[in-house]
Amino acid sequence: MSATNETVQDHGQHHHKDLAHHFDTLEQQHDANTLGMWAFLLTEVLFFGGLFAAYTIYRYKYSAMFEEASNHLDITLGATNTVILILSSLTMALAVRCSQTGNSLWTGRWLLITIAFGLMFLGVKYVEWKHDYHIHLMPGKDWSGKDYWHWQYAKKAKEMETEAHKKGSAEHSLPNRNDVLADNDPSLGVRGIQESQQARLFFLLYFCMTSLHALHMLVGFVLIGIIAYFAYQGAYSPEYYSPVENIGLYWHFVDIVWIFLFPLLYLLGAHMGH
Amino acid sequence: MATTEHSTHQPAPLSLYLATFGMLMFLTIVTILAGFHNFGMWSTPIALGIAGVKAALVVVIFMHGYSSSSLTWVIILASMFFLTIMLGLMLSDYVSRGWAL
Repeated sequence: MSATNETVQDHGQHHHKDLAHHFDTLEQQHDANTLGMWAFLLTEVLFFGGLFAAYTIYRYKYSAMFEEASNHLDITLGATNTVILILSSLTMALAVRCSQTGNSLWTGRWLLITIAFGLMFLGVKYVEWKHDYHIHLMPGKDWSGKDYWHWQYAKKAKEMETEAHKKGSAEHSLPNRNDVLADNDPSLGVRGIQESQQARLFFLLYFCMTSLHALHMLVGFVLIGIIAYFAYQGAYSPEYYSPVENIGLYWHFVDIVWIFLFPLLYLLGAHMGH
Repeated sequence: MATTEHSTHQPAPLSLYLATFGMLMFLTIVTILAGFHNFGMWSTPIALGIAGVKAALVVVIFMHGYSSSSLTWVIILASMFFLTIMLGLMLSDYVSRGWAL
């Protein structure tokens, strides 16, 4: 007991304002903070891992249909978002660097710029999801059984888009729903239903994975905003910048998830031609 | 492992971050070009390989893996280890047995 008391007294003598009582040095505190954040990221890897596992299994089972379904996603928008997100990772790295050099003003600024890029990413995602919804790629209760017209509609929309591109016009209209229903060839039968259900699985995974990723970005905006506020208040210094470092780790993790999602979802069927 | 007291607090040079960003952009272009090419069964390993290199760059440079403690690296490697177990063992089951999905 006496040894414990001595340690406590030792702390009191040279106590840095940012050093929590249960740590010996700022260095130890920083390492513990970083370690804790990485432990959280480990659980995040396994959290997303569940979806990647589902993707892996069904991709293995239905590889041909997954490639065809992937071909319905917009590579240009996906690539644009990849660039935007990597840019936001750079600005985040610069924010952390500024906090290390004690530049509070630019720490805050780079953090807000990071949020701005994040918002741009979600803006592109909104345009994309909206289009996906309009061409009936969004799996709903009508997407299974006999009612596989959603997938027929999506294929028709894709045909019309390709046609329009060949003619050199960027504008193309969407198919009429009743035409698709009338065209619905009953002879497709079981095969048509299977195709539709396999494509549905791909889009289910696409929406789940991209929206879980987007949810992480929304959480990131709030956290980065709070850290930016404290940065402007001058709360961080080269001796104490763990919160900036940790929000950086979180944001880079979100970037890494997208680095894998982009080829797995968008580029899968690219070689089949657009 | 940190040997001196302030080794983890040294900011990396700006040029390192810019070079990393340039490399990530370059690899993004490579992965898109590779995607439009039909490599048959190698398409996915190539795409995942490039994504893996990009992720490694982010972890080592942007996430300061280069100056992280060995204990942190245990966690980083553990995350990959457990992910491999989850994907690997699950896949081995589906590949080796005829589950009706």
